[in-house]
Amino acid sequence: MLNRRHFVRLSAAGLMASAIAPPVFADVPTEKRFILINLKGAMDGLHALAPYGDSDYHKLRPTLGLGAPGTDRTLLDIDGSFGLHPALKPLQSLFNANELVFVPAVSTQYRQRSHFEAQNMLEGGGASPYQQKTGWLNRAIVEMGGSQDRIGLTLGPTIPLIMRGEADIRTWSDSRLPEADEGFLNQLNALYQEDPIFHKAFAQAQADKTNPSMMENMRLGNGRLELSTRAALAILKEKNGPRIAVIEAGGWDTHYAQERRLSNLFGELASSIALIKKELGSKWKDTAVMVVSEFGRTAAENGSKGTDHGTGGLAIIAGGSVNGGKIRGVWPGLSKIALLEERDLAPANHLESLFKSALVQHLGISERQVAETIFPDINSIKMMENLFHA
Amino acid sequence: MLSIDTLIATSRFGLGPTPADIARASFDSKKWLHNQINVDQNLPKIFASQPNSAALLKETYSIRALKERDTKKDSRQKMRRRFNQALRTRLTHQVQTDQPFAERLVMFWSNHFTVSRTRGLIGPAIPAYENEAIRPFIFGRFEDMLLNVVQHPCMLIYLDNISSIGPNSKQGARRGKDLNENLAREILELHTMGAQGGYSQNDVTNFAKILTGWTVERQRKNPKRQITLPGQFYFNTRIHEPGSQELLGKTFNQSGKQQGIQALKEIARHPSTANFIATKLVKHFVDDDPPKKDIERISSIFMKTNGDLAAVSRALINLESTWKMNGSKVKSPEEMIISTLRALHHDTPVTLPKRQLLFQALKSMGQEVFHAPSPAGWPDEAKAWIAPESLSHRIEWVREFSRHSSPEIRPLDIFENTIAPIASNETRKLIRGAPSREDGLALIFSSPAFQRR
Repeated sequence: MLNRRHFVRLSAAGLMASAIAPPVFADVPTEKRFILINLKGAMDGLHALAPYGDSDYHKLRPTLGLGAPGTDRTLLDIDGSFGLHPALKPLQSLFNANELVFVPAVSTQYRQRSHFEAQNMLEGGGASPYQQKTGWLNRAIVEMGGSQDRIGLTLGPTIPLIMRGEADIRTWSDSRLPEADEGFLNQLNALYQEDPIFHKAFAQAQADKTNPSMMENMRLGNGRLELSTRAALAILKEKNGPRIAVIEAGGWDTHYAQERRLSNLFGELASSIALIKKELGSKWKDTAVMVVSEFGRTAAENGSKGTDHGTGGLAIIAGGSVNGGKIRGVWPGLSKIALLEERDLAPANHLESLFKSALVQHLGISERQVAETIFPDINSIKMMENLFHA
Repeated sequence: MLSIDTLIATSRFGLGPTPADIARASFDSKKWLHNQINVDQNLPKIFASQPNSAALLKETYSIRALKERDTKKDSRQKMRRRFNQALRTRLTHQVQTDQPFAERLVMFWSNHFTVSRTRGLIGPAIPAYENEAIRPFIFGRFEDMLLNVVQHPCMLIYLDNISSIGPNSKQGARRGKDLNENLAREILELHTMGAQGGYSQNDVTNFAKILTGWTVERQRKNPKRQITLPGQFYFNTRIHEPGSQELLGKTFNQSGKQQGIQALKEIARHPSTANFIATKLVKHFVDDDPPKKDIERISSIFMKTNGDLAAVSRALINLESTWKMNGSKVKSPEEMIISTLRALHHDTPVTLPKRQLLFQALKSMGQEVFHAPSPAGWPDEAKAWIAPESLSHRIEWVREFSRHSSPEIRPLDIFENTIAPIASNETRKLIRGAPSREDGLALIFSSPAFQRR
């Protein structure tokens, strides 16, 4: 059985002659690593980083609320008023090592409560749903001059909106069927000449090298997030390979039995972030991991030991390049008057400002490019200063 | 011989041409489609022996209650085998049906009203859900489908309505319980009016109140307390929010279950619903970028006929733009596998390939059956399906499948009966010159002409 790498070597001439750019071997435009973990379904920020010092917290969450540090069902103390869910323990050490920032009460400009519209805005980077047809990370790659280099990476068989656009990107997913043989693939190359969409996807698929040791690692991970993270890390380590990865994880729409479900998901999230640090080794100092979700959940628990769709959520930014050990942004509080429409944690901070900080301070894109091309619709929102080390 | 019209009728409206389809449809392709529009959709015989959703849910509840770990494991395994068998039965029907337009609509509506195995409890019952809440209504009234879906235990469990309790209801007041607005929101956003349809957070909350009490009976420890059979829908007054509710500018002052029925009927007839459903249908049958005038046409028929899906289906067939191959629609992985099997299908019963080449393969192509990642269901556009990895998995599947096909199948016959009217000379030449029978077949099935519809 031939693998894809083998095929590329044998038929590189064929691909060179085609309209698609051949694999590029020049240096990619950055050595920084940026990993965005998108928790789809709306992660409950108040359950991850609980404001146990806020007197309204336990009133709103009589059964879901976790105890202050030192009591039963204990939160891990962060700064004397916020505490971390125990399943997120690995994040506490990153915070204490000044490598992690929490931004609570954060949201996009979206003020309705549809997952799908909110995800569209988070990924497209527009000021309203469906305004942007491409993803802001793809536009950022174009601005970095990386359109041909495939420095973007997504996991899973299809490409999420955040990475769709003009710049070519890499995808990876696991398959148990044998790879097709070289002769057949050469014929397909001819067959697909007539259809641009098929031709492009095909040429790119053939250019991707499958790392065999990675395939063995795949059996080790437990959940989907950890599996995706392992795969991403193997590819992010390639010389001149992808630098910017998007990892999606589902299951966060906890309308019921939230404590049990989030304990598992938090555990997986925290161990995935710890794994990134361990695996990237010396590159960790140039790495930023940003964990986001389309919105937060209701401040009060609902009738099913869960929470419904809300607004203000939580972002977590970790990495060697992060100016960490801080809770950043404005904390609006949980009093009835502070809540949005008397139900949601208010969106006091902007997700887009964190995105802009990552692009400017971490990936070195100019503020002008960010304003004019990457986020043209939301110029009123400024980046958060000093989120990353200069 | 296969004409372009017949190819469109069998491939865009049907599930891919079988030789028998071509024989029946080639005289008058439109008429062949119109003839499939029958208001009475009897359950196809092949499903007759399958247990209903209540029985399956009851069984799942009792397995969950089992104490002994090994018995539990065995029962779960048995359940999983039965589920896999149900998937094979469904696929067999999709391959051998002579009413493929009806079957495509079952798939369309089943995806529109997605319930997913992401919620483990309902997994085994989902094939039955499709046959109970979707299939009978594909040519009936939209509001009947909606009412049946919203009363179906699978939907009530999937979108958490079973744990939504009116705060001022008997139980809510006593135990301090509250609403769960998941189902109410997704009905408005995904099933009827669409996110841009013009409802507010207040509408969502009030609609959730209206729907409190719509729930599913469980297995009670005390049989005297059993209200109806476990796994069945029932209306629970004790958790229903009392009083009248404002929704979309109207007052609903009915009591009990009637309040929800009236609200659902009102929503089903809303102009935003007509527009939202028309947009999805035109996107499915015409173009990823649905033409405005087609949407308006279908929407007006929907409004005029009060959501008569037979009239809407007839109007879709009569849209001029559906009869041009514009090359925008790509088959979903499920559609690709079904149409490949149909192309090779001559005689009943169908023999399906092994599991690795069916449901596992679909998973790697990004479409695990009845396992959509969210209540929005599967996407319906080319750019969501054709990415480097997913195309590779399609190619790997086609290659492996062709290798396992019967040696009597001749590629040129298949070519004539699938893509001949639209294949370019280049494609024709490549297939004629294929080095082996398997190569020829695999080239046909992986060609853009076959992968599109």
